[in-house]
Parts: sequence; structure tokens; C-alpha cells
Amino acid sequence: MLLPRLIPCLDVDSGRVVKGIRFQGLRDAGDPVERAAAYAAQGADELVLLDVSATPEGRGHALATVRAVRRVLPLPLAVGGGVRSAADAERLLEAGADKVAVNTAAVVRPALIDELAATFGRQCTVLALDAARRPGGGWETVVRSGRERTALDAVAWAAEAAGRGAGEILLTSWDRDGTGEGYDLELIAAVRGAVAVPIIASGGAAGPAHMAAALAAGADAVLAASILHDGHTTVGELKRELAGRGVEVRS
Amino acid sequence: MSEVLIVRTGTANLASVAAAVERAGCAARLSDDPGEVAAAARLVLPGVGAFGPVAARLEALGLAGPLARRIADGRPTLAVCLGLQLLAAASEESPGARGLGALPATVTRFAAGLRVPHLGWNRVAAGVGCRFVGDGEAYFANSFKLDAVPEGWRGATAEHGAPFVAALERGAVLACQFHPELSGPWGQRLIERWLARAAEAA
Repeated sequence: MLLPRLIPCLDVDSGRVVKGIRFQGLRDAGDPVERAAAYAAQGADELVLLDVSATPEGRGHALATVRAVRRVLPLPLAVGGGVRSAADAERLLEAGADKVAVNTAAVVRPALIDELAATFGRQCTVLALDAARRPGGGWETVVRSGRERTALDAVAWAAEAAGRGAGEILLTSWDRDGTGEGYDLELIAAVRGAVAVPIIASGGAAGPAHMAAALAAGADAVLAASILHDGHTTVGELKRELAGRGVEVRS
Repeated sequence: MSEVLIVRTGTANLASVAAAVERAGCAARLSDDPGEVAAAARLVLPGVGAFGPVAARLEALGLAGPLARRIADGRPTLAVCLGLQLLAAASEESPGARGLGALPATVTRFAAGLRVPHLGWNRVAAGVGCRFVGDGEAYFANSFKLDAVPEGWRGATAEHGAPFVAALERGAVLACQFHPELSGPWGQRLIERWLARAAEAA
């Protein structure tokens, strides 16, 4: 039986961890290597590192950050941010990523997913999907670090991406990101109904109750950033509380 | 410091394997030279990608023969993920493609209706007589699997819909369907046990 995963997320800008609310107002949240080592020691099941650098100079730090994190991390590492081609993905894999996440570039050119899956395998190809609620119901896909709404239906896009070879979906609720209001459970359930691949729920976690709810709604893994970076809790504490709620977690 | 040779199987998570070897105090070096692969005191066969293309690449590089001989002789070899599957004769992933044939078995796909890829942490149960692998939790990333421990091997199993092979051992050969290099302190200790055994065998 697969055990649910608790995954800290490091948003990295110019070699520093940052975190905002709804992708805006980024503030410094530490050194990525120190954070990675600390979360690994606390019992994290995996790590996601998203390069959110807005400038080419900032982005230039990404490979060095991945290399440095890899040295200390005996856990799976998924890396995303600015991946536009199989060559971009290969550089990240060579630096120490185990999986590569694509977002905007895959919306612009969906065949990118087919190329990554064919070259590196489905287990290596993650779709990072940022979804925002539509006023009239449903969700639309948001790109460019949350700055641009598209007309693309998020659930339909998840299904298409899985069909093209995405082996996992990192599903972020734009509305809940950084708010601590809890994951968008309806979004998780809607995507669960559309794909057979694992879903990582992201956006809005404030504690174990939110995480247990996301897992019950169909997520295989839960992402957390703000609550861990701000020191409100630890991975170990969250897992103990999840276990207390009857969720089987990795010991 | 003693060296561990990692077979350059193409694009795999070679850096993760190398990092784990280095954390264990060894030096890691990549190679796709048949002579080096045959002679290495300790060899890792990593594997990410699809069965057919990687099997064809091993054949084209002249590595299939040296690898098959190492496995047959029980020399220190650690096969990871697709690396374990490559020891088999064939795979449903790539019909017609030939593996190294060290295991008289065909790799099969997971049953319909299950979460695939089988991606994440799963419990591993060590079988009788396992020397490297103990019970624990390991990180997997596979869509295909071996169904039963072949005759002449010791093995560990995990469950996803039905039991499947999590690891195989014989002599100083350790083949893991999971990724020991990504399986936290448990995986790191497993790698270190294999390295220690490999040093004895050398």
C-alpha cells in the first residue's frame, strides 16, 4: 500500500527560499540547503523545489541550488520552474533532480509533456498545475507564476496531461496559496475523478486537519510551505498528528 | 577512498545515486566502458527510462555481456529500479526487447485500476535469508514489476494490488525495485551494508 507523502516545498528565487500569498509579496524564508536538510531530518517524504526567479540572473542560481540540495538530501527531489525543453529537464536531472515539473511551457506547447515522458519516463514527468476558481464554477489554469489566467479548464488540462505522459500532478489552488485556509478539496476531488496518476495537493495548508481532508478527497501527497518555513510546526509534528487522526504515514 | 563505478545508462537520476555513494564515504565515477564495467570492484546499474531503449543501449555499448557475467558470478553489483527489471529476460513494457536474461522471468505491468505509476513510499517485507534488505519503508517510482522471487534468489516484497518483488539478493548482487538512494536513512544504511559486503567480496 502506498503511504501518503508529506512534501515540503521550497520556492527559490536567486538561491534563496521565498514565500508569498497567492504568488505575490515574496519574503525571504531561508537557505535552501539548510531547509532541505532540516526537513529531511524531520521526516519529510520528498521535496519539491520550484525556481520562481523572475530574472535570468536569478534563474542562473537554480542548477547550483539543485546540486547543493542533492548532496544533503536522501529523498526524492522534484524540481520545476522555467523548464521549456527536454534539454532544460536534462540539466536539472544531471544536477540532481529525480523528477521535473513543467507548468507554463506545457500549456503553451503540450507536446513538451510527451517529449519528457518519452525521454525520461512518466515517473519523472510532473505537471505543475495552478488552478483558479472561475466565478461561474469550475477552475481555470493559471500560468506565469500565477500572473496570467488562461481559458484552459484545469480539470480537462490535468486529464490531457496525464494522457500525454505526466506521471504525477502537482495541483496548486491559486485561491488558497499561502492563505492557510485549507486545500481546495473540490478541486482535488474533481481532478481525482479525471486522472489515475498520483496527485500532490498544494495551496492553503495550515495544519494536519487540512492535510487529512486533502488525502480523503483523493490526494496521494500533500505539499506544505508557509507553515513549515514560518516555524509554526515541523514535518514530524504534522505526521504524528496525522497518525493520530488514523492516517498511516511513513515512520 | 574506494571507488564505486556507476553505469551511465543514459539519462537517469545518476546524480542521486552518486550523492548517496558519496554520503557513504566512497567516490563515485560514471562509465559506459565495457572493460571498466567488467572489472569494477563495485558497480551500480541505475535505471530510469523504458526497458527497451535502455536494454538496446546496453547491448549497443557492449555492456550487456559484462553485466550478465557479473550477475551470474554474484560479483558486487547494485541494480536500481529499471536496473532490476533489466536483469529479466523480457518486459511487457517493450515487447520483443531482450533484457540481460539473468532472471528467467518477464516483467509485467500493474493491474488496471491501480494508481500508476506506483509512485511513493511503500512497505517492504524482507523474505527468509535476506542479508542486505530488512523490513522497512522505501521509495518506489515504477509502472512495471516482477511478480515473484526467482528460484535461486532471496527476495523482499511489497504490495500494490498484489505482492510484487521489492528487492532480490544473491551473492554480492543486490537488485532493488525501489530507490535506496531516495529511501531516507533506511535506504542509506542499505547501500552501506551492500558496500561493506562488496568490500569483503573484493
